[in-house]
Amino acid sequence: MTFGVLAYGAYIPRLRLSRRSVAEANAWLNPALKAQGKGERAICNWDEDAVTMAVEAARDALIGRDRASITSLRFASTTFPFLDRLNAGLVVKALRLSDEIAAVDVAATQRAGTSALADALSRSGETLVVAAEKRPAKAASPIEMSTGDGAASFLVGEGEPVARLLASVTSAVDFVDHYRTIESEYDYQWEERWIRDAGYLPIVPPAIARCLEAAKMTPADVTSFCMPAVLPRLANTIAKAARIPDAAVRDNLHASCGETGAAHPLLMLVAALEDAKPGDRILLVGFGQGADALLFEVLPAINRQPARLGVKGHLARRRPEENYSKFLAFNDMVEIERGMRAEADKLTPLSALWRNADTVTSFMGGKCAKCGTLQFPKSRICVNPNCNGIDTQEPEPFADKIGRINSYTADRLTYSPNPPACYGMIQFEDGGRWMMDFTDIDEADLTVGRAMKMMFRIKDIDTQRGFRRYFWKAAPAAGGRD
Amino acid sequence: MAKGIRDKVAILGMGCSKFGERWDMNAEDLMVEAYVEALADAGIETKQIDAAWLATALEEQHVGKSAIPLAVALRLPYIPVTRVENYCASGTEAFRGAVYAVASGAADIALALGVEKLKDTGYGGLPQRGRGTLNNMTWPNASAPGSFAQLAAAYRAKHSSSPADLKRAMGHISVKSHDNGAKNPKAHLRNRITLDTVLNAPMVAEPLGLYDCCGVSDGSACAIVTTPDIAKGLGKRDVITVKALQLAVSNGTEAQHNSWDGSYFATTRIASKRAYQEAGIEKPRETLNLIEVHDCFSVTELVTMEDLHISEEGSAINDVLDGFYDADGPLPCQIDGGLKCFGHPIGASGLRMIYELYLQMQGRAGERQRREPPAIGLTHNLGGFPHQNVCSISIVGRYDA
Repeated sequence: MTFGVLAYGAYIPRLRLSRRSVAEANAWLNPALKAQGKGERAICNWDEDAVTMAVEAARDALIGRDRASITSLRFASTTFPFLDRLNAGLVVKALRLSDEIAAVDVAATQRAGTSALADALSRSGETLVVAAEKRPAKAASPIEMSTGDGAASFLVGEGEPVARLLASVTSAVDFVDHYRTIESEYDYQWEERWIRDAGYLPIVPPAIARCLEAAKMTPADVTSFCMPAVLPRLANTIAKAARIPDAAVRDNLHASCGETGAAHPLLMLVAALEDAKPGDRILLVGFGQGADALLFEVLPAINRQPARLGVKGHLARRRPEENYSKFLAFNDMVEIERGMRAEADKLTPLSALWRNADTVTSFMGGKCAKCGTLQFPKSRICVNPNCNGIDTQEPEPFADKIGRINSYTADRLTYSPNPPACYGMIQFEDGGRWMMDFTDIDEADLTVGRAMKMMFRIKDIDTQRGFRRYFWKAAPAAGGRD
Repeated sequence: MAKGIRDKVAILGMGCSKFGERWDMNAEDLMVEAYVEALADAGIETKQIDAAWLATALEEQHVGKSAIPLAVALRLPYIPVTRVENYCASGTEAFRGAVYAVASGAADIALALGVEKLKDTGYGGLPQRGRGTLNNMTWPNASAPGSFAQLAAAYRAKHSSSPADLKRAMGHISVKSHDNGAKNPKAHLRNRITLDTVLNAPMVAEPLGLYDCCGVSDGSACAIVTTPDIAKGLGKRDVITVKALQLAVSNGTEAQHNSWDGSYFATTRIASKRAYQEAGIEKPRETLNLIEVHDCFSVTELVTMEDLHISEEGSAINDVLDGFYDADGPLPCQIDGGLKCFGHPIGASGLRMIYELYLQMQGRAGERQRREPPAIGLTHNLGGFPHQNVCSISIVGRYDA
């Protein structure tokens, strides 16, 4: 048994906003944006946030694994939807992890993801690390162009690791290149050249040197260098300052995804592992009020991992979006006329949510011990008309089942933040069904019999009380039309 | 099976307000409009009514809870008054309450009134409805058209019907209802349309376009019932009696158990069978002379023709296109314009359907009167969603039929 990274996973939302559409909409104000109008950035659907992405990334990492042995959860983000409610606790419930788990939110810096991973690697027991980010950005700001939404996850513990930690170091330097406070909704950022010259270059290379020294390695031993940095070629400049071979510098996913904040170093590490072979050494850096540097050695188990979407698969699960105004609407950046049907009170019954958390958050149904019928939700009396057994149902998880569309609609009358509202009857192959919302689907993909997977999403946003409710929705099991 | 309700209760009088966008009327005014007609038709006074039932489905949009609004509007003299709500079956549910009261002997004369004032929301289409705390957490934000459109998807998949054929039959249903509504002075929509109007209308929820959806209307309808003997004693000839009243309510099987394929209404199949048995009808296709069904959407009417065991399963498209259900066909369906054109003030709809049968059986239906007054007819309501609903069936006919 070896201690290390046992599994990895990622999540990148399906919608990709073309930067050209952002530039075209905003160049009248800021012509400099034109030069940045290349490639695309991942954007959340209206029903996604850091929590939903974290759940999906964790599910990607946990494919084929027993979740019962997980003893800790570290959830890193600077964009938690809840300021005072344990966001990690929501992830625990959605993933059906033990409630005796040590769950912690790690926040407030762009290196929250690497710090959470380093912390997990410094502990005993099995720790699930998730990092997710959906950074707010003002319209026409550079950060709107450079960022993307996404999440990554690692399982750390004893077993047959895909990589082990050779060394990790950290530093805390109150270098404020940008900030967001309780008073401000958006980042306030200083000049990029200053950030490079006074921030990255004085802070990162020394941390790398300390890390390599601790591992008794030389810069030339690094085969992959995961250095999240938005400024073009900054990663290469840092590599040069640290004497790491330029060929080791990993692509920062700017063209296809964008910078996913606290999740980005971890997302780059997942991408690096997808390309890695045993013996490779991956150097991971997180930057933000100091730096984390972690050096990994890839182990033979990397070649024996179950299939997952990871970064590559999620990048391929892609729907291009050219409509910048939709992006603004999804993020409440424009006061859009949603119609009177949107006025319906979305209600926040905390007591009922708590009472029904197994059904709503964990998507637990029932299995009748008497007749074997699977059903959702779990109920006192079995739904099978030939059984109707009372108190015969055992809990049965539905979240990881594949269902098929039994009937569907694309509803243009009802209120949806992303019309038409697509929903229908999902029938699970081994029993059970539910009339539920669909997401990440185009109208043309609605067909009876289509295989659908379950995804954890925002169900409703209660704007009156500043609350959001989550539930599971059905999405095409093998990507969309693309 | 229990003996049932057949011929135990007669309709003494009925009334129906004009349906439509009654901008100048409160629900209370509409109630009185239907009541005054019913009272005059029955030839009685208010004080002779022993008990009353009020049906409203979306009471939060107009009168509020309880039966008090009916008692106040009609100035009922401290008699028992009950309010019922059972989705779109509410009107028939009120009728059932009144009929059962008379049949039991608890009341000699009872009243059922349904009302809905839907046009105070500020937007088109049915008002948003509360669904319950837990349902809100897991149900889609489904609209009525979105829910019923799914019937079309499942029906097409099951019967391998071509989308074009199905849409054409649905179009025929809407054209027919508009033709019929044009002849009905109380109908909400009285314009004639063509098949092209239906096919080219904006899509609401595929394959339901604007003209596949029924009107959202204000209106009220009222029935006064008694025993056949009292009716005769009050001088009524051509007594119309209740032959059957049935209700079937989904128990979660369609919504949660994979035995239902989504292409039909499980409740309608069961309720109609029980109703035929209660009424002593063996061959509904031959026996029934007139039907009024819950055509909230054209596809609902089409599928319902099969679930009522009138069209063979999979053959409703042909029957519809053959004109079997046209006003001059063998078995007219929605001769008054139906929900589609008479309108759909939810709580009133079931009673409005019985009102039309009652008029037609007495030869009082004006321009739209069947040449041969029907002897026996059926009404059908369907409340909720295809996968979870309440179905009510009533069969009424001449006392001697």
